[in-house]
Amino acid sequence: MNPNAAQFQTDAGRLAADLTHRQRIQSAMAKYYAARLPRQALFRDWQEGRQTAAETKWAALQQLDEHLLAFEKNATARGTQVHWTSTSEQARQVIVDIIQRHRAQRIVKSKVMTSEEIHLNQLLESLGFEVVESDLGEYIQQLKGEPPYHFVFPCMHLSREEISDLFENHLGTAQTHDPEALTMIARRVLRQKYLAADVGITGANFIVAETGMVSITENEGNARLTAALPRVMITLVGIEKILPRLSDLALFLPMLATAGTGQPLTCYNTMYGGPRQSGEADGPEEWHVVLLDNNRTALLADPEQRDALHCIRCGACLNVCPIFKNVGGFSYGTTYQGPIGAVITPHLRGLQDWKHLSAASSLCGACTETCPVKIDLHHHLLQNRRNAVQQGGGGWEGLLWRAFAFVMNRPRLYRLAVRLGRWAQPLQGLVQGEAFDPLQAWTKTRDLPDLAPQSFRAFWAQRVSAPAPEERRPT
Amino acid sequence: MTERDKILQRIRQALVMPSPKPGSHGTVFGIGAARTAAQSARDWLPQVGPSQGDWVTRFTQNCSELKTEVIVAADAAAAQVQLQRLAAAEQWRSVATHGAGEAAAAAASLGLPVLRTDGGYRAEELEACGAGITDCDALVAQTGSILLTARSGGGRALSVLPPHHVVVARREQLVPDLPAAFAWLHHCYGPAAWPSMITLITGPSRTGDIERILVLGAHGPKKLTVVIY
Repeated sequence: MNPNAAQFQTDAGRLAADLTHRQRIQSAMAKYYAARLPRQALFRDWQEGRQTAAETKWAALQQLDEHLLAFEKNATARGTQVHWTSTSEQARQVIVDIIQRHRAQRIVKSKVMTSEEIHLNQLLESLGFEVVESDLGEYIQQLKGEPPYHFVFPCMHLSREEISDLFENHLGTAQTHDPEALTMIARRVLRQKYLAADVGITGANFIVAETGMVSITENEGNARLTAALPRVMITLVGIEKILPRLSDLALFLPMLATAGTGQPLTCYNTMYGGPRQSGEADGPEEWHVVLLDNNRTALLADPEQRDALHCIRCGACLNVCPIFKNVGGFSYGTTYQGPIGAVITPHLRGLQDWKHLSAASSLCGACTETCPVKIDLHHHLLQNRRNAVQQGGGGWEGLLWRAFAFVMNRPRLYRLAVRLGRWAQPLQGLVQGEAFDPLQAWTKTRDLPDLAPQSFRAFWAQRVSAPAPEERRPT
Repeated sequence: MTERDKILQRIRQALVMPSPKPGSHGTVFGIGAARTAAQSARDWLPQVGPSQGDWVTRFTQNCSELKTEVIVAADAAAAQVQLQRLAAAEQWRSVATHGAGEAAAAAASLGLPVLRTDGGYRAEELEACGAGITDCDALVAQTGSILLTARSGGGRALSVLPPHHVVVARREQLVPDLPAAFAWLHHCYGPAAWPSMITLITGPSRTGDIERILVLGAHGPKKLTVVIY
């Protein structure tokens, strides 16, 4: 078994049995449902809105090259510097070059999932820069030395007591179990970081081709400050985030907020269209937009699953997923967790290494149903399974299926196998679920149904030769 | 060949195989058949009534849910009186503002030291102000949002760095919904005079990162007040 799959099984097994963890996730998700469902009901027609959002993204991707060029043209016309990067290494190099050219030391970041994807923080820290995450949840995760647990709710797995301990250990603050007091501690610490930072790094939710802008959605104001105070601003964004028109945001912003957190609109939705322009009071002297491919074009080349690039990272598919709710965010071992992560990670990082995530699904379709841009998530999981086998990833599994087919096609062999099974089952019962149990993968969490003492064929043969009078059909 | 060309080439190669329109079950491939969010958003978004009275009701309702304070005043003078009450209640010692519009006039009427962001400022000074008082481009009834830009909002930091953001708006700046807000943006700044920042502010800064419990004032202002006259 590949190490990612082994890690998934170990972590998922442990966390699924951790009742405290499960209770915490259930309670967070109950709050999410309570906020989202009434908000969604206010839409005149949510379903037609989803269809429109999906068609807008679909048409945008069909002309992705033209839209990216239009974005570049419109952005550079206003002094923005646009960088195109194919790989993680290239993106990291471009960012490090910008930082070094400005002799910057202190870097403040707002939430950037793409930077988790390219492991930017580790590199910048190893080069001796001070990098501070400013989104509260991301900051807590940074102090904890962990990646985000959920790409919208980064520290939803932590209790206020754990966060209080973390602050006490790292910041020397007094214990408090009041979420407001804890938030104010982070606010005070991070305020100083904004004021001192030389470079601000942000992500983006949308790239607007028509006006050469990016749109950033957030609640805390940390991205606003990151884009306002440092003298250099860098925005790292995946190429698929394209929208053709500024006014498309009139639909996408409220859908993202509703599906993501159940808000009418997230607190700050900000469109940036350049560095400080003449006549403006403030803003960075330079703004760099780093466009990242990192195998997104490989996903684009699969027309069957291209719609996975519609994703606006609202996280709704995680929130409704019965698997996510039991195994939690870390088990996936990916930047993007849950159903969308299980669909796109094999494309971004290799099908054979990440195919096991396609099986981390009950195929209930809740993810597909909740997705605001209509990504056919659960069918894509099936397609990933199929593709993994077609590409020769079957191995042992393929051999087992061939053996099964061989037996099933030969009645004598089948009858022999069933007879042997009936004989062997009591022996298996002695070690049920133990390490010696050859069926342990199944039996450690489930019962094995008993084989019937007599097969139907044997029963029928007996019944035809000597029908019992009371079993005769009434005439 | 630059990285840009390589990416564009990969995109073009990938797009040789078209994908069907969502929901068309593989029957429609031409993008001419696609709806656009920009054109039809209003048909799907939450309904807002037709009259200005409906918009005011919806805006104030949304604001009260969002914890934005709304002060409706009869005229500019009454608005200034309300603002003076606020300044006294919160013991502002200085305020920050910009421009030469309603916000600047209201700030001047307080009789407090005024920091203006227009000509450049020190971030520490701005942070120390009791409130940032700004104009705006529009108020959006549908979502309870304030639409402002680097121009109408006195830069990027004025509306987010001080602990209290006060918006001074005129009644006629209220628009019904998001499509109207974007149309207004195009009218004001399109096609080529865009400010470097446009923001929709929907309530005071907030977070739910700790146990999904709402806390106001995560990084931006803890309080948001809209004075309308």
